[in-house]
Amino acid sequence: MSKNTVAITGNDAAAYAIKQINPDVMAAYPITPQTALVQKFSEYVADGLVKTEFVTVESEHSAMSACVGAAAAGGRVMTATAANGLALMFEIVYIAASSKLPIVMPVVNRALSGPINIHCDHSDSMAARDSGWLQLYSENAQEAYDNTIQAIRIAENMKVRLPVMVMYDGFITSHGIEMVDFLDDEVVHNFVGDYQPNNPLLDPEKPLTYGPLDLYDYYFEHKRQQAEDIKNSKPIILDVAKEFEKISGRPYGLFESYQLEDAETAIVVLSSTAGTTKEVVDEMRAKGKKVGLLKPRVFRPFPYQEIAKALSHLKAVAILDRSDSFGAFGGPLFTEIRSAMMEFGKIPENIDIIYGLGGRDINEQDIEGVYNQLDAIAKSGKVKERIQYLGVRE
Amino acid sequence: MKKITEVRWHGRGGQGAVTASKLLATSALAEDKYIQAFPEYGPERMGAPIQSFTRISDTPIRIHCHVTNPNMVAVLDPTLIGPVDITEGLTDDGIIVINTSESPAQIRNKLQLKGRKVFTVDASKIALEELGRPMPNTPMIGALIKATELLKLDNVIDDIKKKFAGKFSQKIIDGNVNAIKRAYQEVESE
Repeated sequence: MSKNTVAITGNDAAAYAIKQINPDVMAAYPITPQTALVQKFSEYVADGLVKTEFVTVESEHSAMSACVGAAAAGGRVMTATAANGLALMFEIVYIAASSKLPIVMPVVNRALSGPINIHCDHSDSMAARDSGWLQLYSENAQEAYDNTIQAIRIAENMKVRLPVMVMYDGFITSHGIEMVDFLDDEVVHNFVGDYQPNNPLLDPEKPLTYGPLDLYDYYFEHKRQQAEDIKNSKPIILDVAKEFEKISGRPYGLFESYQLEDAETAIVVLSSTAGTTKEVVDEMRAKGKKVGLLKPRVFRPFPYQEIAKALSHLKAVAILDRSDSFGAFGGPLFTEIRSAMMEFGKIPENIDIIYGLGGRDINEQDIEGVYNQLDAIAKSGKVKERIQYLGVRE
Repeated sequence: MKKITEVRWHGRGGQGAVTASKLLATSALAEDKYIQAFPEYGPERMGAPIQSFTRISDTPIRIHCHVTNPNMVAVLDPTLIGPVDITEGLTDDGIIVINTSESPAQIRNKLQLKGRKVFTVDASKIALEELGRPMPNTPMIGALIKATELLKLDNVIDDIKKKFAGKFSQKIIDGNVNAIKRAYQEVESE
């Protein structure tokens, strides 16, 4: 363990990352389970430990509006939210992306109402998957900290200039105390560098407009450019990860493979459940079962070729979704991956497992059960039920 | 013994069960162990039954599921016996430590418990005498580490002193340290 190892919650770890990033403006409204992050950061502001202008707004719609204004003016801008807060800021979330404003926002994953629920699932950030923001998912408090720092560099890269959401699981990661290795302030400061504004609004030498009316004459061209910009962020995400590994010793990629190379069956799952799955993989490997895991980190832009290729050798794969897409053919991760696998001739048998909505626990036995089911599918070549719900009373 | 030690804390809102779960974790970290601590969140109210959890291991902890089969249970309030199933999922070699003025044999009888080990300590009385208020959480840490041999007393005391320094008066720090030491000595086994 390094000298900088601390026992800390995911929210405090993210707040510490923001303190070290020291943004020009933070506009945020508290919402469970993100509240402790904003509370902690407001302490840093009150204690004079950051130079940030902290804007206490009356709603998330205003929080994102203030962020858009401040970012367009030429500042480094951050906010944070969760669930219904993200839903309330939705209108402006799209505007931030289409205005190419490099805002970074931790989203503490929580179930969307209703019925009202404060616990973890991914319905909030998945609802924002088409908004034009980049999305990074974090397994634990360490990754929440690391991803928040890397997100600044990705968002602000002149070839990207797009906002980034950093997700971590509500309560499980946000309120659980885990061990986190912090980088020194100076290391983070040098890594993120000074902010370089791009087309700032407050430049009298170069007057310009943000957010003008854009009808059928040019709207489509601008959307087409946006599609290209987010696609181009992929190599930048990898470059930033390489640089981050140099200062931290911690490798990051588009996704993490765990015992996947020689695996016959595998689970694909986001965030904290991937940690539990690793433990199950180790236990099953010890019994001679060739099981593996793929944990996507970057969901937008979706690394469809890389993920499809990494899964192509499997006999069967289960994609675990912590959100439903009502009326669709599977959850968001499943539809994405199943479609991506069409890129390759050989498609492994695949099932979708929707789990953990509203914080419903998923334990090691549940995950072992999924691997056992995959084993049966691999042997028989038959899928009884393509879309399944795990851990629900029916 | 399980690879990861899992402790479930039972208390009532306001008794410091969540703080106890965190303090135990950070004390373990000071012994170079790997840790996790988390409360169970619901509609918390003062006096309502609550649970929190500590995981301690010699290897990195990656699991993020609930604790369903703890090998240690610490109960901060004896009135929870009955309304809450405090032995639920407790492993066969599990240990239960209860804040009560009753003996381990009386508690075993009340719980109708087979196997496992029962320890008792009057943590509320100790806290009242040492801290001036019946806050049972820190003495319960002392009782738990003695009953389970989970951590060394000196390390826990050093860590708590470090953590409380600057936050609390010397009187409160001394009171907590004395309470932990006393509970460590006074905890009763069967």
